[in-house]
Amino acid sequence: MYTQALDSLGKDCLPAGSTQGSALEARFQARVDADEKIEPKDWMPDAYRQTLIRQISQHAHSEIVGMLPEGNWITRAPTLRRKAVLIAKVQDEGGHGMYLYSAAETLGISRQQMIEQLLAGTAKYSSIFNYPTLTWADVGAVGWLVDGAAIMNQIPICRCSYGPYARAMVRICREESFHQRQGFEIMLALARGSAEQRQMAQDALNRWWWPSIMMFGPSDTQSKHTAQSMRWKIKRFTNDELRQKFIDITAPQAEFLGLKIPDPQLHRDEGSEHYRFGTIDWSEFQAVLQGNGPCNRERLEARRHAHAEGGWVREAAAAHAEKQRARAAQAA
Amino acid sequence: MTQDWPLFEVFIRSRSGLEHKHVGSVHASDARMAIEHARDVYTRRQEGVSLWVVRSSDIMASDPAEADALFEPARDKVYRHPTFYAIPDEVKNL
Ligand SMILES: [Fe+2]
Ligand SMILES: [Fe+2]
Repeated sequence: MYTQALDSLGKDCLPAGSTQGSALEARFQARVDADEKIEPKDWMPDAYRQTLIRQISQHAHSEIVGMLPEGNWITRAPTLRRKAVLIAKVQDEGGHGMYLYSAAETLGISRQQMIEQLLAGTAKYSSIFNYPTLTWADVGAVGWLVDGAAIMNQIPICRCSYGPYARAMVRICREESFHQRQGFEIMLALARGSAEQRQMAQDALNRWWWPSIMMFGPSDTQSKHTAQSMRWKIKRFTNDELRQKFIDITAPQAEFLGLKIPDPQLHRDEGSEHYRFGTIDWSEFQAVLQGNGPCNRERLEARRHAHAEGGWVREAAAAHAEKQRARAAQAA
Repeated sequence: MTQDWPLFEVFIRSRSGLEHKHVGSVHASDARMAIEHARDVYTRRQEGVSLWVVRSSDIMASDPAEADALFEPARDKVYRHPTFYAIPDEVKNL
């Protein structure tokens, strides 16, 4: 938003550890503790800025890459209604990417830098989008589980200490709930359908369940950034807390569908009212994150291809704007 | 890669009769395209009936460091608010 004004702030502003620096840092933390919002031109510790740039840009990339697995089914949606809904959902995800890139830009990184990082493969995005959508039921499972997990992650970020991120998140959360409901509706239609359709729904749940609960990130004992992020109020709940909440609300929904969550250890613990679940295979998560998931290469190739294909449009628009500007200058 | 297109701030009038409010920003090669992008990005659910776009570089903002100097003087002027004045209850229409 006001990116151009930020160049002079941040890293070079103050020598690290100077008394002035730590006084500013204490003031900053006091504002965060008092639930005040931090705005782009306010002083902030460089590590806060870098953490946010990393998190918001990864989040933006996830929305953009996230359009691919579902976009895969737009031309083959079973009815016109489903097709219109899917187009609207995928378009929303593109919009979410735009809100988030804008929010990240207020911290002093350019859109172009972020896109370059994504296309170069140096930026991370949510591991979930490196799984394929094999059948129509996957579109249902993605809406229900992946958007469901995303909502669980995103709602607390609406109260994030950084104003532009929090505001983008409010807008996103308002739009997400239809995503999850349309997914569940697809699953419901299949679950109430023929034996073959029920099997499709079950198969999709089998493949998406574990990747979905991995979306909350490594377990709290392994998570590197959690404590600091919570102090800065970028994060409000730990990964494990959110994962538990998600499983607690999703397990009864699966039951309603008459589908079985692929975890033999999953059961409701009467004492605590929570669902206990089996061990997560973190080696799979790490492999996907490191680029070895089923679709990592395909996803990046699709993004690179789209970007290259749009090159002439960007050039033409820039040339047109330049010509108009020159004409206006001449007429004046 | 070529340069980013200029950044525009987007303002939306949500209903006729209300003021335009800042909602976010878009990149565009010119103002016309900024309006079109703003429409796609910020009004997919009838969020507005009118759009403004302004080049971000044209916005002058007050300095947060001067916030006290600018806004503090208003704090002790409570007599600018109607509740500052004690009027007996019997007096009506005041
Ligand atoms: Fe989204
Ligand atoms: Fe979504």
